[in-house]
Amino acid sequence: MKNIEDCLKERILIIDGAMGTMIQGYKLSEADYRGERFKDWHSDLKGNNDLLSITQPAIVREIHSKYLEAGADIIETNTFNSQRISLADYHMEDLAYELNRAAVSCARQAVEDFLNSPYGKGKGPKFVAGAIGPMNKTLSISPDVNNPGFRTVLFDEVANAYYEQVRGLSDGGVDLLLVETIFDTLNAKAAIYAIKKYFRDSGKPSLPVMISGTITDASGRTLSGQTLDAFYTSVMHARPLSIGLNCALGAEQMRPHIEELSQIASCFVSAYPNAGLPNAMGEYDEEPEQTAHFLEDWAKEGFVNIVGGCCGTTPDHIRHIAENVKKIKPRPLPVLEEII
Amino acid sequence: MAEELIIKPFLRLAGLESLIVRPQSNFINIGERTNVTGSKKFARLIRENKYEEALSVARQQVESGAQVLDVNMDDALLDGENAMQTFLNLLQAEPDIARIPIMIDSSKFSIIEAGLKCVQGKCIVNSISMKEGLEKFIQQAIICKSYGAAVVVMAFDEKGQADTLERRVIICEKAYQILTREVGYDGQDIIFDPNIFAIATGIEEHNNYAVDFIEATRVIKQKMPLAKISGGVSNISFSFRGNEPVREAMHSVFLFYAIQAGMDMGIVNAGQLVVYDEIEPNLRKLCEDVVLNKNPDSTDRLLSFAETVKSREKSEVKDEAWRNGAVEERLKHALINGITDFIEADTEEARQKYPKPLEVIEGPLMDGMNVVGDLFGSGKMFLPQVVKSARVMKKSVAVLTPFIEEEKRNNPNAKQGGAAKVLMATVKGDVHDIGKNIVGVVLGCNGYEILDLGVMVPADKILEVAKKEKVDIIGLSGLITPSLDEMVHVAREMKRQHFEVPLMIGGATTSRMHTAVKIAPEYENGVVHVLDASRSVTVVGSLLNKEQKTPFLKNIGLEYARLKEDFGAKKTIKQYLGYQDAVKNKAKVDWTAFRPVKPSFLGNMVFEDYDLGEIANYIDWQPFFIAWELHGKFPQILSDAKIGKEATRLFQDAKELLEQLIREKWLKARGVIGFWEASSDGKDTVIVREGIDDKTINLEFLRQQIKKAPGQANQSLADFIAPKGIGNDQKDHIGAFAVSIHGIEEHVERFQKIHDDYNKILLQALADRLAEAFAERLHQRVRIRFWGYDHSEELSNDQLIREEYHGIRPAPGYPACPDHTEKNKLFQLLQASENTGIILTESLAMYPASSVCGWYFANPESRYFGVGKIEKDQVEEYAKRKNMSLEEIEKWLRPILEYDF
Repeated sequence: MKNIEDCLKERILIIDGAMGTMIQGYKLSEADYRGERFKDWHSDLKGNNDLLSITQPAIVREIHSKYLEAGADIIETNTFNSQRISLADYHMEDLAYELNRAAVSCARQAVEDFLNSPYGKGKGPKFVAGAIGPMNKTLSISPDVNNPGFRTVLFDEVANAYYEQVRGLSDGGVDLLLVETIFDTLNAKAAIYAIKKYFRDSGKPSLPVMISGTITDASGRTLSGQTLDAFYTSVMHARPLSIGLNCALGAEQMRPHIEELSQIASCFVSAYPNAGLPNAMGEYDEEPEQTAHFLEDWAKEGFVNIVGGCCGTTPDHIRHIAENVKKIKPRPLPVLEEII
Repeated sequence: MAEELIIKPFLRLAGLESLIVRPQSNFINIGERTNVTGSKKFARLIRENKYEEALSVARQQVESGAQVLDVNMDDALLDGENAMQTFLNLLQAEPDIARIPIMIDSSKFSIIEAGLKCVQGKCIVNSISMKEGLEKFIQQAIICKSYGAAVVVMAFDEKGQADTLERRVIICEKAYQILTREVGYDGQDIIFDPNIFAIATGIEEHNNYAVDFIEATRVIKQKMPLAKISGGVSNISFSFRGNEPVREAMHSVFLFYAIQAGMDMGIVNAGQLVVYDEIEPNLRKLCEDVVLNKNPDSTDRLLSFAETVKSREKSEVKDEAWRNGAVEERLKHALINGITDFIEADTEEARQKYPKPLEVIEGPLMDGMNVVGDLFGSGKMFLPQVVKSARVMKKSVAVLTPFIEEEKRNNPNAKQGGAAKVLMATVKGDVHDIGKNIVGVVLGCNGYEILDLGVMVPADKILEVAKKEKVDIIGLSGLITPSLDEMVHVAREMKRQHFEVPLMIGGATTSRMHTAVKIAPEYENGVVHVLDASRSVTVVGSLLNKEQKTPFLKNIGLEYARLKEDFGAKKTIKQYLGYQDAVKNKAKVDWTAFRPVKPSFLGNMVFEDYDLGEIANYIDWQPFFIAWELHGKFPQILSDAKIGKEATRLFQDAKELLEQLIREKWLKARGVIGFWEASSDGKDTVIVREGIDDKTINLEFLRQQIKKAPGQANQSLADFIAPKGIGNDQKDHIGAFAVSIHGIEEHVERFQKIHDDYNKILLQALADRLAEAFAERLHQRVRIRFWGYDHSEELSNDQLIREEYHGIRPAPGYPACPDHTEKNKLFQLLQASENTGIILTESLAMYPASSVCGWYFANPESRYFGVGKIEKDQVEEYAKRKNMSLEEIEKWLRPILEYDF
């Protein structure tokens, strides 16, 4: 199989769209979330989307399949919250490792089925990215106004939780890791620390890492207050495969930030915005053609190597995006000079 | 396609912002004062757990130009790991400090790692070395790299610290090889510290240390051009401890040569470096001789010169030097610069120094505030700064008050506070007080005692307090038009009760004209309109000065009399139409072409707790700056040559407070909107179908009567609602909204308790902005969705502020529909009090003050306009339609009556 770096030099790769939006479409009940195994679990489980990798694997596989059919080259595992700190919301800390394995297995199975299907024959390679989300606690911001130095979680706890997740994803067999939706760079640094440590400890060859931050508003800063270039500078040591942005903004609002990133990034650049900004009802209503149109413009400008969608995007969005960028040359890697 | 992108191997660091070290970058100043081994003060603050104050040391370094902040907690008496984490975590909450990258400085690696766990940006570790062997060096380097930090490598190995040129170069080369080849460090992320040692110590071997460092720098940069060179500069002058002028000169001369050789950065007391060219030439020559080791007797000559140099006091604003002044000077400095860090201790020191606590206020505090007043008066300080000064003043006075009280008890005949008293109040029926608070603060700064009675204060209470407290001036404030009448009422009462003190009038709805025409004639002992806070000082000053008072009031009296005359004379110039003629000339709307859009629902929709974060995106900032008397367009005001700096600081503070109040949910945004079927009667009445049955309610509007140019209509809002039976008999609609920001009180009170007027006013102004922004956002959603007559609309915030959309949202009491009493109907239709918690006062002001209400008109022809003055014929008819007595409606409409009443 051709490796991802080589693919990225040839064409713009497509990453899949929203998992949550798709799951919502199934209108699952509390009982569906619980499945047989957790039917007597002592707390509510509805909304624990990551759990579906265990209780409703067919649905998770089906969503992956739809994105693969739509033209995604990279699919993300259903593991956005699969580390023990976020899972504590459901008292499922100890399921962290298993959830990651199960999610990778859903994704791998979907890729295998797709490549063996008449439709998917010869359409490879397809890559499974282990999704590592920002988690529900933050290392740089105090939740207590009267005590700005207070933290609800420690770096070591965060790093350990990510370490366990990375172990699950790696054991499951992902092709790459994706640290995404970063709104606090220190959390991301803990994830990077865990990834580096895991591959040092295990002796396995390191997997490529994609890093994707989140600019929360027009100020162009992350939630933890960093400018875009400060954010990139602070995660460069991961030596990522790609650096990019996702979530919070629609393509229209994300454009200046992606442009900036494309001018400073020494690696590949990824972008997967939301389907516009939420409307009055909190729904994303940007049409697939619109999203695709924006991303096509970025591709033509030479800003990007990997594009796709975040909240509110669907296989239809991905299909249009893939169609619109397929003939456009990817952003060339910059020349890294060795002398000042 | 983009051109080929070239990325250079620069050292890149980051705090909240990035710092790129390019070859052409100037020398990077690394602030050294946040170091317990180097700063006694910082060490004491950390030991005493005074982290907040310790942060101000960091801030001072940043303000003085530090581009990186060195933090060191190596003290045997400290739990270094804990101190490092506590300080760095706190520091992350200070955007003005966290802006710059951190250098985590310790000789204990466990402290370094503890620090690395707290900083999101890309740090520098200071330092690692090979002194404990290669294995440990590599292990520590791997850890630093896992956190993404650049590293300072000391020229140190198992044999000891490198003290010759040769050993410096050999050790650095070896470390570079290991770091780049074995650990995987980028060359640009390696910073060498080739050891700056003390020179001129009297020991001959030390004489060449500076030369060796400079030469080592040159060679290392030649051999490893990506690597950087740093060092602790103050070491060089260690033997001249206590002689700051000589030390600073030595640092400056040393850096002059070291930077030429390639030194990139150094740990320095930011803000205290003297400019090489400005060193006294004799001293500079002597320093050059010792730094460059030119003569064997250089040291002796510098030593003997040093004894003649007295350590002079330097008056650097950004430095702690001001702490060395006399207590009076310190108080003055704190007042002018708005620094509260030391005010309590300084006040206490002054109290002990002066015979009586009152003398502290009358002496040094007033001296300081006089300077503030002068600077403000001459336009060299701006309102936000003055309010910060007032915060310092209040905190200081709070320290003294118990002692003054005690003295009063012990000695009732002792001299009491001599300051003149100004009573301030927002009049009955009105709830707006930001402007009044600002005036209070500014006057307080100028030494007056302010008795602030708050909002909704009835006349009898104002006058009762005024008598009891023997105030020297009464100041009234109001924002809505009915308050004007209330002010007239207070003036009449003052006359009736034989008051003699002058009356000041201020507030958004007041004017010089209204004061001259309506208020001044009611009270003969002085009525003065004050335009804004900055004018209030001179007005009060003139009113309280025995010599100035009479001529000042005489001038004002003449001026007002002339205004009143002009006012009377002007009236005849304008021409007015009879009411019926005005109706005939109504706005022409082509109703046959009109297709009204039915709202998505009829009746009300309530928003219990609207997302403040969303609302905040719709804030129009310009009025916020106007509230602070900073005039200019936003955002250009932020870069204005004169007020830009202060505007930016204010904006920063406002945004921080805004973020905090959103994050911590201080406030609650409540709102209601509603839509109903409506038709006009072809004149000025709009008939609204209240519910599903045929119960109706009539809204009454007022029409312009001034004679218009041909082709221009005499408008009334009723013109924009379709008359019954016209337009294919499709039903037209009207909408309404009321929004409010709740929950400000407890926070205002908290700020008041700690004498923090600055944040109090900031919060009030923000709440006002949020209420407006909430109205703006809801209006947008109404247009796009709830009413849904404009699906295509996609406007930026600027376009929103410029009102580039269809439909209007005029508020009862404002120019297009100036009758406040219609607000009652709006509230009835929306059940606004139940649904939003807004209370209407007797003057029909809304409480909480940060509330907005209005009608929605969707017709694309609808425009904002002012009704202007109206004639008696309309008022008579209007009274009939409203079923009110002529007298009563005239009272409410007084500001727009064209005739005398």
